[in-house]
Amino acid sequence: MLRSYSEINAKIKSGKAVVMSADEFISLVEEKGLSAAARTVDVVTTGTFGTMCSSGAFLNFGHSSPRIRMQKAWLNGVPAYAGIAAVDAYIGATELPEDDPLNSNYPGEFRYGGGHVIEDLVSHRPLSLKAISYGTDCYPRKSIDTTITIDDINEATLFNPRNAYQNYNCAVNLSGRTIYTYMGMLKPNLGNAHYSSSGQLSPLLKDPHFKTIGIGTRIFLGGGTGYVAWHGTQHFPSIQESPDGKSLGPAGGTLAVIGDLKQMSPRWLKGVSFTGYGSSLAVGIGVPIPLLSEEIALYAAAADRDLYAPVVDYSDAYPGRKPGNLGQVSYADLKSGKITVQGKEIPTAPLSSYPMAREIAGILKERISSGSFLLAEPVQLLPSPADGRSGKVLNG
Amino acid sequence: MSPKKIVLRFGPDITEKPIIYRLVKDYDLLINIVKANVNPQKEGTMVLEITGDHIEGGMNYLRGIGVQVQALSQEIVRDEDRCTMCGACTAICPTGALFIERPAMEVNFDGDKCVVCQLCLKICPVRAMEVRL
Ligand code: SF4
Ligand code: SF4
Repeated sequence: MLRSYSEINAKIKSGKAVVMSADEFISLVEEKGLSAAARTVDVVTTGTFGTMCSSGAFLNFGHSSPRIRMQKAWLNGVPAYAGIAAVDAYIGATELPEDDPLNSNYPGEFRYGGGHVIEDLVSHRPLSLKAISYGTDCYPRKSIDTTITIDDINEATLFNPRNAYQNYNCAVNLSGRTIYTYMGMLKPNLGNAHYSSSGQLSPLLKDPHFKTIGIGTRIFLGGGTGYVAWHGTQHFPSIQESPDGKSLGPAGGTLAVIGDLKQMSPRWLKGVSFTGYGSSLAVGIGVPIPLLSEEIALYAAAADRDLYAPVVDYSDAYPGRKPGNLGQVSYADLKSGKITVQGKEIPTAPLSSYPMAREIAGILKERISSGSFLLAEPVQLLPSPADGRSGKVLNG
Repeated sequence: MSPKKIVLRFGPDITEKPIIYRLVKDYDLLINIVKANVNPQKEGTMVLEITGDHIEGGMNYLRGIGVQVQALSQEIVRDEDRCTMCGACTAICPTGALFIERPAMEVNFDGDKCVVCQLCLKICPVRAMEVRL
């Protein structure tokens, strides 16, 4: 044990905490060795900015006069789920307008969806709100057609059930035709490879055994402050291994996160459109990792060369849910711009922004160093690889 | 007569063929190659300025052998504020006009290399790439 949460927070309050972003910490460990670096640094900050499906916001619109018990609601034409209460709704990032041409003119554009609604809300732009109902004695109104901004409504709470994937597939296309996926446009015959992680800066890659991240962990979320609410859906953390038993870094963990949308910023929450696939939300997340022990520091010092992604074919293996992959590649290789798959050298490109991930880790470092962001000790840590959680198959 | 500006895009099978020679010889066209690029996947792009009486015939010949022909009357610009520097466009852009600066991993746009194929317009998830007429 090197230090406790309360010791770290006392140092933050007195302006004496030593905080480094994950990439800076990696360099320090290379220079000074792990023990010295772990003794020097109190907190390592991480960051990631990319498309994160399973995002959305709970909204409470306030009551109209006369009152309506909204049964169905639309924001800028995008349906929001209103089956929660009279004027509560959830706008999901991947929801699309009912009159969207979708993939009827393949590949569809998906220019505007729930993610864009959230971006418009957080940008304080006016949005059209329409809702219908059947009318009750206590809620007589049957329809409403009005305009709102985020400032006019009671609550806007970002609640993302699955974000910050610990690691992600490197997607390729083995087929002979171009395919359009949530991993972007994949050219035929291994024409390109797309990956989506900030690698050595990515929050959950730096805490593989969930020794610090848990329910209540305070985080950078969408430009403001948020919290880890729970483990994310499909949270199946594990440590990947090569056939000869070498660790290839973690994969499979996810976070459910929550925060007040009203204090977030459109720079860190952006509606996205994936041609041929759909729309979603790009989210910026940063998690501070307190160096409570040398073991935690060791994990936080994992570099791109230590962390690997599985290469997966998105023309057949992924859609068919077929097990196995085409090998593992390190983030150092992915970031170099080319990898070799099945003997062929192919160009790589990220879908997750490394410059913005670095900026998030920097902002979080600044907030902690300046005393405006204290660490929150989790109420309960998240399930770790040792808990052996795994995904279920949906029969049908 | 002022020259007509066009963009050609073609796959690896065409890269080997003497298409410019055929345009000059068979269609009597005067050709200025403004930009030409063949990427490592052997996909080619070319911007040409063409003068002559048989431009349409030459273009039909190109389309017939599988070359995509497009008039060049537009320019592509990037909305710097909207671009998140994700990189999703960089393995798609056929000429390397959109590329990653390493090790910072920042995405740059070199308009001089752009051949206005417009692929990035639908690939960019935040729609930061725009056509300017
Ligand atoms: S239009 Fe876009 S994809 Fe095409 S060359 Fe220009 S920058 Fe590259
Ligand atoms: S895909 Fe769009 S947002 Fe991403 S780097 Fe290219 S231009 Fe920027």
